[in-house]
Amino acid sequence: MDFFISLVSDPVAFWNSHTLLIAQIGINCIIATSMFLVLYSGQLSLAAPGFMAIGAYVSVLMSNYWHTPGVVSTIAAALLAGVIGFLVGLPVLRLRGVFLAIATIGFIEALRLGVILNVPITGEGLGLSNTRSADPLGAINFILVSLIVIVFVVWRLTKGRLGNAWAAIRQDELAALSQGIDVARYKMIAFVLSALMAGYAGALEAHLFFNIDPGDAQYGVTRAVQVLTFAVLGGSGFVLGPVVGALIITLLPYIFQGAGDYINILAGIFLIAVIVFRPQGIVGRGGLALVRPAWWPKARVSAASPG
Amino acid sequence: MDQQIVNAIFIGSIYALFAVGYTLVFGILDILNLAHSAVFMLGAATTYTLVVKYGQVFWVASVVGIAASALMGLVIEHVCLRPLRRRQAPPIAALISTIGLALIIVAAVEQGKQGSLFSWLWVDGANSVAFPAGTIPNPTWHVADLSLDASKVVIIPVSIALMLVLGYVMRYTQIGRGLRAVAENPRAARLMGLDVDRMITLTLVISSALGGLAGILFGVALGDISPYIGRDNVEVRGLAVIVLGGMGSIPGAVIGGYLLGLVEIMALVTFGSSARGGVAFAALFLMLVLRPQGLFGTRLRERI
Repeated sequence: MDFFISLVSDPVAFWNSHTLLIAQIGINCIIATSMFLVLYSGQLSLAAPGFMAIGAYVSVLMSNYWHTPGVVSTIAAALLAGVIGFLVGLPVLRLRGVFLAIATIGFIEALRLGVILNVPITGEGLGLSNTRSADPLGAINFILVSLIVIVFVVWRLTKGRLGNAWAAIRQDELAALSQGIDVARYKMIAFVLSALMAGYAGALEAHLFFNIDPGDAQYGVTRAVQVLTFAVLGGSGFVLGPVVGALIITLLPYIFQGAGDYINILAGIFLIAVIVFRPQGIVGRGGLALVRPAWWPKARVSAASPG
Repeated sequence: MDQQIVNAIFIGSIYALFAVGYTLVFGILDILNLAHSAVFMLGAATTYTLVVKYGQVFWVASVVGIAASALMGLVIEHVCLRPLRRRQAPPIAALISTIGLALIIVAAVEQGKQGSLFSWLWVDGANSVAFPAGTIPNPTWHVADLSLDASKVVIIPVSIALMLVLGYVMRYTQIGRGLRAVAENPRAARLMGLDVDRMITLTLVISSALGGLAGILFGVALGDISPYIGRDNVEVRGLAVIVLGGMGSIPGAVIGGYLLGLVEIMALVTFGSSARGGVAFAALFLMLVLRPQGLFGTRLRERI
């Protein structure tokens, strides 16, 4: 609770003492937005951590070996993630639903376990040292500005022609196809844009740490599931949903601080409760989804009521 | 090399047993039950606690462990799935609710240590433990310079027998017909007078009992029980197995399990231990791209 009291009572001190946390929230919000984009176009892709890994490793390797400035390496890394997104998307986007999810899990884990942990230049399991370009305090303004720009751009995209096509594909792919929408093309656009954003977020995140850790919680399935949770819990119908989801889930350890060791139990109960009572996510239309339990007495129709 | 093939068959049997439960739920509900790996861990953990903390005989403990897993199947249905079905939530919502339950189960077990709320459930916190020597009958045989532990050898007939029974039940009994009807079309099944909720509950109980059994066998054969065995060893590999075999296909999951065991051991022998996981996932990715219906999958058009 102290955490939230200090947020209200002394925002400046809070900002100074929790810079890294705020930066991490910003990064998670960007990744959540990248997840939003694929979900909005009806694709259950879990590839974001893979593109983040590409972004992170490429940008750090560039600044380690070629001494490129942070901005250049970040943008180059994001572009490369987009290109790889296109190449991965070519075979994978023919799949739908759970199959796409599993194929993308195959992609990220093959990348992490097969490539990153086995190629000497990445530092393998020890991680990649990043003392040259790490700048935990300097990166935060950049992250927050990027977040605002990205959310705005994605919001505008969903309101335009592209967004209509994506929404149509999400609701009924066959119907969209029969209306003359080039389904494969619009899906690919969403997938590549999402890969770009994830690569960008990964490159930014790499600047927060002095060592890039190729762990499961960073670029593996655990991260993928976490990002999916941001988007679904927050609500994948509106741009702000995943952002809110990322904010809440990143803050869960602080929200349930009082639970001490049992924090994950409360977090699990929270997840289930939110998804059961608001299956559409926190941000979305409609109220709580309350259903009469089987043992609850049925509302009796009053005899006096007309009709 | 021969010894490696024997190992591949052991580990393949565990994958198969785990994946059969996974694929059963997917085949009938079209939902990935991400709590399945936590149930796998719970089966092993409960059995271990009963043996070590409460001094039970291994056989009794493992029966209770399987029962506890089956009970967890009931919890999955009533807490994570049924409320969402009644609210007509999208299938993706079930992913999140089962992740939530998995989080709770793992967190409860990992807090199980002296003086905590869950000390009755587990004794070693986040540590990895093995059954103490002498608590499980485990003679070792040496056949033609292969060493075969009884605990590993027994896995093979147990898994094959169980999978045959399950195959028989699904194909030839009234219950199996009911389950297949629900898988085909829940609405039509309900109109035919089937109690769909009961069929789904039954599916989860069977699936979770198999998952728990797989966990116990894993704990016995590999001597490694911790709150994270499900997440680290079978969660994603289980996905790979059911994809290799074809989503929803029980014989496919069995063959897929052995196939993944074999692929992993081959990768281990050829490229060394660090490539083991990567090769499995690359195989998974290629399989989905080249032949998404898996080796034995059917009904592809409406599923993918």
